Amino acid sequence: MTQSQFTRQELLRRGLAGSALLTVPGLLAACGSGSKSAATTTGGTQQMAKTLHFSNWTLYIDVNNKTKSHPSLQEFQQKYGTHVDYVEDINDNASYFGKIQGALSRGQSINRDIVVLTDNDRYLSLMIKKGWAEKLDKSAIPNIKNLVEVQRHPTFDPNREYSLPWQSGMTGIAYNDKLTDPVLTVTDLLENPKLKGKVTSLNSMGDALTLVMLANGDDPSHVTDKSFNAAFARIKKAVDDKQIRQFTGNDYAPSLAKGDLAAAMSWSGDIAQIGNSHIHWNVPKDGGALWTDNMLIPKGGNVYTASVYMNYVYDPAVMGLMEAGDPKRNITGIYYIPPVIGAKAAALKLNPSVANNELIFPSAETLSQVHLFDSAALNNQKYLTQWQNLISG
Amino acid sequence: MVAWLHRRRGLTPYMLLAPGLGFLAVFFVVPLGFLGYQSLQSGNIDFGYAFTWAWGNYKSAVTDYRAEFVRSIEYAGIATVLALVLSYPVAYWIAFRGGRWKNLLLLMIVAPFFVTYLIRTLAWETILSDNGLVVRTLVHLHLVSPGGHLLATSTAVVAGITYNFLPFMALPLYVSLEQIDQRLIEAAQDLYASNWKAFIRVTVPLSLPGVVAGTLLTFIPAAGDFINAQLLGAPQNHMIGNVIQSKFLELTDYPAAAAMSFILMGAILVGVILYARAVGTEQLSGSAV
Repeated sequence: MTQSQFTRQELLRRGLAGSALLTVPGLLAACGSGSKSAATTTGGTQQMAKTLHFSNWTLYIDVNNKTKSHPSLQEFQQKYGTHVDYVEDINDNASYFGKIQGALSRGQSINRDIVVLTDNDRYLSLMIKKGWAEKLDKSAIPNIKNLVEVQRHPTFDPNREYSLPWQSGMTGIAYNDKLTDPVLTVTDLLENPKLKGKVTSLNSMGDALTLVMLANGDDPSHVTDKSFNAAFARIKKAVDDKQIRQFTGNDYAPSLAKGDLAAAMSWSGDIAQIGNSHIHWNVPKDGGALWTDNMLIPKGGNVYTASVYMNYVYDPAVMGLMEAGDPKRNITGIYYIPPVIGAKAAALKLNPSVANNELIFPSAETLSQVHLFDSAALNNQKYLTQWQNLISG
Repeated sequence: MVAWLHRRRGLTPYMLLAPGLGFLAVFFVVPLGFLGYQSLQSGNIDFGYAFTWAWGNYKSAVTDYRAEFVRSIEYAGIATVLALVLSYPVAYWIAFRGGRWKNLLLLMIVAPFFVTYLIRTLAWETILSDNGLVVRTLVHLHLVSPGGHLLATSTAVVAGITYNFLPFMALPLYVSLEQIDQRLIEAAQDLYASNWKAFIRVTVPLSLPGVVAGTLLTFIPAAGDFINAQLLGAPQNHMIGNVIQSKFLELTDYPAAAAMSFILMGAILVGVILYARAVGTEQLSGSAV
């Protein structure tokens, strides 16, 4: 009996020693500033890596409904021999940034070659400003010529040296026609007593303020203290009056379909995806917001491979399939707004009903009604704090 | 080696404790220390943070967010009392009358935990939905005004918290009630105590360890909760957890968020110590038996 007891004790002791050996170097490596992986993957060599690590938002790429695979990624692998490790791990800009900023600030690689961040939140420009993004290899992206004109010179990256759009979307108002008359203006949304407690605002400051500033007659692309305060006060009043029930991400969509909400500030793609005939989306009379999710190569990512992939998606035929899907092959598309010239023509051949959907391929007239939010205001800590205090306390 | 261990038998308890202590040291003490360090930093995400003994973070946390702190304590307190009132009879019945169904009944209390926290809270969004059965019934009974709603009110938040933490109350209560020697209650009745008196004088005091453990296990996580307030409440119902979450993840104001976390921890710790002194520490340790 004693014999077995001692063996067990010895086992425990050895196990402890072993785990200490395993963890100590691991801890040291984690705490240290060693950036081995960053150094090795950042090469100027024009050679495709075996795997491309791509972090994106959920439900944001073409999908084959039967096999759950992503046809555009499979075709990429066939063409270039590079497997795409596609991870849907971005739910909102802030928490994704929170997840990666620790490693990036220590000069470590985050083991991603492409990440996707939104231009109406502060983190996209912050990544570029802090030098945490690699420069694109434009020699590998001849298809950049297909980038739509309006996206060519954004303020956060004037010459598109670091980023390329993935998809855009519009922010406007959605309403459920079973519960309310058409809600076509922000004034109606925020002040119509019939809608009291039945509406939500988006929790993204850029989206919400763009809509309200336009309704106030102010320019959301050049925010001043005066225009900020006016828009902020108007939303705050709607909160205090209990007109606005909640601030949401895209979780307003099911509530709108269920009938808990009559109307909501809303993203066009969500409504296109729901496909509920009682829910209507429109650009408010005074104008709506336009935002764009941008691909970015985080420091340490494989520049050449990522650039080749970007070139691939800027091929109109590829983007057409990604956007509209293909009913014949049971493929569902993205249903947001593609940034690629010629994508509509390609989509028309595959899925005419999507290609003619005004929410997915908006007309020039619709696009002239949507505006970009001032990127300086997005980084104004005073505005951000005020906004967060309103929506979370 | 064997002989060495044999001579140092006294080391065995420490070696058995080592894995747990090691785990806590790496995953609790070290992060806590880092959090404390961070709470005294100043700066912002653009230019980086520096350690400056910035006690002002604590001061502004209390002055700017007093309402949210108070609301958190209030909601968690109400939910704890509700959970106690709801689960005491249930635990009592299972312990004394459950018979051969005991295990099944206990499983039913734990059953919701097979579904994740977030989904359970989202389910309450459906239960309390404006067109749902609950709201329609309450409107019918004139408890809710026509066209009114329960979602986005403090009632919904407290109800959600109560529901989500109910098993943490019911299980310790069950354990302490189940351990009561029934002969003590019979003895009380033999001495002419009424059922009620026997319950108050014998059962309740003997179940106190469970009450103490249950209230602590419910109150502490409830005070820091933010999911219920976010999904079921309006902005006016947000708790300190929501503020901490937004400071950490939205504003990347890590020092302020860390300071608030420490204040919340401190407040809860002080509350627990006062509570333990009031009811006696033996109740606290008694519950572990």
